[in-house]
Amino acid sequence: MSGYRLKSGGLVDRSKRLNFTFDGKRYGGFAGDTLASALLANGVSLFGRSFKYHRPRGVYSAGPEEPNALVTLRNAGRSEPNTKATVVELYEGLEAHSQNRWPNLQYDLLSINQIGGPMLVAGFYYKTFMGPTRKAWMLYEHFIRKAAGLGAASKEADPDRYEKSNLFCDVLVVGAGPAGLAAALAAGRAGARVVLADENAQAGGALLGEKEETIDSLPAQDWVAQSLAELAALPDVSIMPRTTVYGYYDHNVLGAVERVADHFATPNAHQARQKHWTIRCASVVLATGAIERPIVFDGNDKPGVMLADSARRFALRQGIAVGRKVVVFTNNDSAYRSAVDLKDAGVEIAAIVDPRGDLSSPLKGAVQTRGIRLLTAHVVTGAKGGNALKTVEIAPFNPESQTVGESREWIAADSLAVSGGWTPTIHLASQAGGKPVFNAEIASFVPGEALQNWRAAGACKGDLALKDCLSAGANAGALAAKDAGFASGTTPAFDVTLPAHAGSGGSLYPLWEVTRPKGPKGKKFVDLQHDVTAQDVRLAQCEGFESVEHLKRYTTLGMAADQGKTSNVNGLALMAAALERSIPEVGTTRFRPPYTPVALGALAGRETGFHISPVRRTPMHDLHVKAGADMLTAGQWMRPQVYRKSGEDVFDAYVREARRVREGVGMVDVSTLGKIDVQGPDAQEFLNRVYSNGFKTLAVGKARYGLMLREDGCLFDDGTTWRLGETRYLMTTTTANAAGVLSHLEFLLATVWPEMRVQVTSVTEQWAGIAVAGPKSRALLQSVIEDLDLSNEGVPFMGVCPATLDDIPVLVARLSFSGELAYEVYAGSNYGAALWEKLMLAGEAYDLVPYGTEALGTLRIEKGHVAGPELDGRTTARDLGLGGMTSRKKHYIGRPLMEREALNEDNRQRLVGVISSNGTPLRAGSHLVEGKTAEQPGRSLGHVSSTTYSPAIDKFIALALLEGGWEENKDRRLFAADPLRGGHDPVEVVSPCFFDKDGSRMHV
Amino acid sequence: MRIPCPTCGERDVGEFTYGGDATVARPAMDETDPAVWNRFVYDRENPRGAHLEFWQHTGGCRAWIKLQRNVLTHEVGASELVGPWSKPSEKDAQTKRQEPVE
Amino acid sequence: MGHYSVFSLVKNAMTGHRNWQRAWRSPDPKPKYDVIIVGGGGHGLATAYYLAKEHGITNVAVIEKGWLGGGNVGRNTTIVRSNYMLPANTRFYEWSMKLWEGLSQDLNYNVMFSSRGVLNLAHTPAQIDAYARRGNSMRLQGVDAELLDRDQVARMVPGLDVSEAARFPVIGGLCQPRGGTARHDAVAWGYARGASDRGVDIIEQCETTGFLFDDQGRVSGVKTTRGDIRAAKVGVAVAGNTSNVLRTAGVERLPIESHVLQAFVSEPLKPLIDTVVTFGAGHLYISQSDKGGLVFGGDIDGYNSYAQRGNLPIVEHVAAMAVAMFPNLSRLRLLRHWGGIMDMSMDGSPIITTGPLEGLYLNAGWCYGGFKATPASGWCFAWTIAKDQPHALNADFTLERFHQGRTIDERGAGPQPRLH
Repeated sequence: MSGYRLKSGGLVDRSKRLNFTFDGKRYGGFAGDTLASALLANGVSLFGRSFKYHRPRGVYSAGPEEPNALVTLRNAGRSEPNTKATVVELYEGLEAHSQNRWPNLQYDLLSINQIGGPMLVAGFYYKTFMGPTRKAWMLYEHFIRKAAGLGAASKEADPDRYEKSNLFCDVLVVGAGPAGLAAALAAGRAGARVVLADENAQAGGALLGEKEETIDSLPAQDWVAQSLAELAALPDVSIMPRTTVYGYYDHNVLGAVERVADHFATPNAHQARQKHWTIRCASVVLATGAIERPIVFDGNDKPGVMLADSARRFALRQGIAVGRKVVVFTNNDSAYRSAVDLKDAGVEIAAIVDPRGDLSSPLKGAVQTRGIRLLTAHVVTGAKGGNALKTVEIAPFNPESQTVGESREWIAADSLAVSGGWTPTIHLASQAGGKPVFNAEIASFVPGEALQNWRAAGACKGDLALKDCLSAGANAGALAAKDAGFASGTTPAFDVTLPAHAGSGGSLYPLWEVTRPKGPKGKKFVDLQHDVTAQDVRLAQCEGFESVEHLKRYTTLGMAADQGKTSNVNGLALMAAALERSIPEVGTTRFRPPYTPVALGALAGRETGFHISPVRRTPMHDLHVKAGADMLTAGQWMRPQVYRKSGEDVFDAYVREARRVREGVGMVDVSTLGKIDVQGPDAQEFLNRVYSNGFKTLAVGKARYGLMLREDGCLFDDGTTWRLGETRYLMTTTTANAAGVLSHLEFLLATVWPEMRVQVTSVTEQWAGIAVAGPKSRALLQSVIEDLDLSNEGVPFMGVCPATLDDIPVLVARLSFSGELAYEVYAGSNYGAALWEKLMLAGEAYDLVPYGTEALGTLRIEKGHVAGPELDGRTTARDLGLGGMTSRKKHYIGRPLMEREALNEDNRQRLVGVISSNGTPLRAGSHLVEGKTAEQPGRSLGHVSSTTYSPAIDKFIALALLEGGWEENKDRRLFAADPLRGGHDPVEVVSPCFFDKDGSRMHV
Repeated sequence: MRIPCPTCGERDVGEFTYGGDATVARPAMDETDPAVWNRFVYDRENPRGAHLEFWQHTGGCRAWIKLQRNVLTHEVGASELVGPWSKPSEKDAQTKRQEPVE
Repeated sequence: MGHYSVFSLVKNAMTGHRNWQRAWRSPDPKPKYDVIIVGGGGHGLATAYYLAKEHGITNVAVIEKGWLGGGNVGRNTTIVRSNYMLPANTRFYEWSMKLWEGLSQDLNYNVMFSSRGVLNLAHTPAQIDAYARRGNSMRLQGVDAELLDRDQVARMVPGLDVSEAARFPVIGGLCQPRGGTARHDAVAWGYARGASDRGVDIIEQCETTGFLFDDQGRVSGVKTTRGDIRAAKVGVAVAGNTSNVLRTAGVERLPIESHVLQAFVSEPLKPLIDTVVTFGAGHLYISQSDKGGLVFGGDIDGYNSYAQRGNLPIVEHVAAMAVAMFPNLSRLRLLRHWGGIMDMSMDGSPIITTGPLEGLYLNAGWCYGGFKATPASGWCFAWTIAKDQPHALNADFTLERFHQGRTIDERGAGPQPRLH
């Protein structure tokens, strides 16, 4: 093809020249060009290489259906592989590269695949590459992967931003062609909130660039402009250009992407590249138009072969002649407009080839007046050329017998414009509708039953005539508004005039494939992008892949990046012919979102990268950071792991911290614990039902450790609950389960015991909590608390009292996770930082040490207290030695199923303590085995769940879950096997409480 | 998918947390037959069509609701509050069932 | 049936590929079979194949309501692995892995099993501990597993954000080098061809509408849209439709809920991600198909559903996780997404068992891990049907285990299907 810019015409701004490069070569275009049109204007005919055979390919269409002209746009972190040149708006400095070729586009070594072509049929890879060894596939795969794929992705991060927004409206109109505009006008006039979205930069659809039609006595262009002006003036109508509605989800929720800055080299400062819209609306009008489809013949993929209406669009919109000598091949009237318009623009039309025997006289007249050679009852049997089309082979055709004659003629041409009819764009309708219905008149599928509130109008419903599009659109718009509660007036009738050669939509002669009776059997492509040929379709049929889904999957027809927009119907027709069935009997596949591919960045929006999940910081966070703590992620929370001093590693630091707690006093931020305020006259009874241990006897001013089970009897959560008043409790949960426990309680109150007068509220973020632990904790706290006697009598073990710390109102609870004399001090979270600072200051006199989660773990492991690693969702209270906390006197959640035999067998894995026998640190995740050597470890008897070095007993210790529990195993010599990290060390199995077994230290 | 919350109006499914089959009734607290509890905890009809189910408006008012939804078409029907608020007085009912405000 | 090889390809290329035989026969149903398998998906077809191959039971029909392989075997993200922690799961999935490793040769159909490694990312020390527990459990059962540090992860997965600045910085991962992917459709077709070749009748477009019972109340066949078909034994392997199919046999309730899981594929790209990677701070798994598309998925939508499509919140969240893991994916485009119906069991593990009625055999509860199980599931189900008792590999996958309290809860999530 040797396209060129016509002297005049088109909607481009010829005063605005834009420079761009393709494969490094510099070109010029105009504002209003697409990358495809600008390259055509420069005489470029070779755009890319095909997927499998690496055949040279040109541009095939002027829209989002493009199967061939895929390029990699931009560079580095902004590079976008597989971008359709036909939808890229040209901008100054645009950079594009061809894909899937090596070393370059002109000479692609992998085009050798064409020679192997007869082998590389559909599904060939299922039949070979299976030997000589089982592993051989890995080698083949390496090369197959390299050869497959189209564009290459960047290795760099995308520097651009994406935004998301929600949009609510009464009526969403998808597509701003004649039907969409008429629909938006009708709905807007009725007073509905209307959104009119169109994937193109300019509204108008098929009317864009039209010169001859008139609507209500206005030239079509003017009617579009006037309609847009009226819509813009309506208060509740939004027009959204460059916005592709890609997906239709349940309950009239639609996804759309607005290309905010893709028509610039880079987004402006503070501008998003694209914006994702979630549109929720009462009613939808789908005015998505139709896509022209090809006819399948030998060489129908040669650069220079393209869709007829696309050739016309290039002329009308961008003032481009797609070639110097054009042959038009059509089985319907629509392509005559292409022929006539191109001819009128000064392009030579070498011939119109039409399988039909006769034409309507206006059509014939228009062609003859212009002196165009018309070959009715003829077909194109082949296209020839290397990197560009050179000749078109034609033969006579008998439309009655559907036979191709044997005589041949070769017409020199650099462009072949093909029309096999029109395929309605039913993607969205199919996503939210029943099975598409076959419309024989246009030989294609139209939307089926609407399963949500939408109406299709215009070409997407099979109405190809302008007048029908307009009135159907207006009608649909009015009804959509009515559904949303807006009465509409009368629907306007449209007065439309068309040129004589417009032809009629019902003129199609279904011709899918042309086969030479004799001569070479070249490749005839059905799916251009995936290199699926007519032979592949027949092979699929021959091997029994007859269902449309099998056809699609076996041949990959319609599964390429163009999603079969130009190939699906042809593929079905060919399968139908092979099966000697009708097309509707063969059926069609369901369209899946998105309608056109959507950037993952747009779907991700801003809630990605660091913002993938909120960061939760305790009120004391900044102080921890200032103190040099190593902050660790725990779910969404940030917690101090250790407060390392210079020269210390994590081990040194936690050992020092833990030791200091046992010897003096330490404090730790426990604000992350879940906290739930439980209030109401029935709160006590409620707690008694949700905890496995009794809560009836809990007095005001006391706290109790409670176990919560799931309905299946396994442990769910644990924590202390404080009775603050007659009817008021503060429940604490583990950090990880805070949300789950709250939902659980709310569920029970709502669905199981609605009669209970209890209210639960999350107060996790309302309280800051500090645990002050160690023999000196009492003295330290008493030094800053004057209004509460912290003695054993004043605040007994598990006592909870309000107090004032300096001037901060606090709750003091005498709880101990560490096994030391300890208090938890809670204050309103706004006081959290002040509380921490005051305690740090007061603590100087007591050599107070702040400690992190690591030492917290050490202290609780020494005491055999369980935490997350032991509460792993599979353990029961009995497994963890907490059987005594499961009441036998009351009914509570989980009790009936907890009592099942299997959950009480003696050989279940139960909590034990483990001490390293040889002084090697134990590692969590090791398994306990009997085998003496790493080579023969034997089976796993359990696993090590939490480990630490114990400063208290100067040993490496751990908690573990072990078959039979500790008393069964205490005399056994076991090993901690860690094949992953290479450890196999002897251990001693002991009681899980390593230190201060009688608990005397915390009761002082 | 959009779910009608009786207190907040129609809201996106992303605001809700699923609570499963709402036709499964929890046995009485003093029920001791494990078979009854097992059926409650594990066994589901899992119908292919109309389904009465629990949802919690976790990203909103936190109410637990019962929703009639067709699990084949995702079509939703009526929803109602469960719990102590489930039977509002006539007057309350009128104010609560007003058009959702977005 | 013709043997597939490069020679058969060459030979057929000479004759224009007109002489290939059907991959599987398409017979009319006979009135009676020894065994009927309801469900022509991966598991049903594999069961029929192994019934014929391992047990010599060839008078078998596979009854499929739609087109063969149209369920989850053709809708999944193609991941194959045996990196389970609980021994019942590890040994079963490892047997599956071993079958995968010779499947193409066994079936004479290239299922493109690619042991490119499955890597689970760890983001916290606690996660490393949990992975160590799992990996060690695997190793002690003879399954390959490696614990990687951050640098090893970075080398294995270029493009992955391993920076300290990430929201959940990657600190390591658990890798099963033998894990990988396979071509999902080929698995269904290969088993269908293999089964058909051994005499199994594969009957498509034939929906099971009920069951036949003999005088003793024993299941003796199925009622279908193509008439009654009798058999001494009826196996059901219908994934998301298990509850409905068994309801027609009078089984009203099962420990199963049907949920929708979405899957995603990008436009085709040159090789970018060479292994299967899962995000540890959320739920996302991603790999690249041989054709070049990035194939990925995340959590189930989280509500009962029989619609093979999902909704936007999961679409957006999955994309967000993908971009968080690989910031260079942001400009790449999602080509297509779809849904499948998962038979989510109450403990996240499957059921392969005799019963629940006399003459009936059940294969269900695969949650969203059914694809990798296909060979072992078929192998064990065939054994169970042929011998009227489970093989040791599936002895724990009973239907009674839920009531007994012997659940196999890999995630420790309890009896809440949406959390498995």
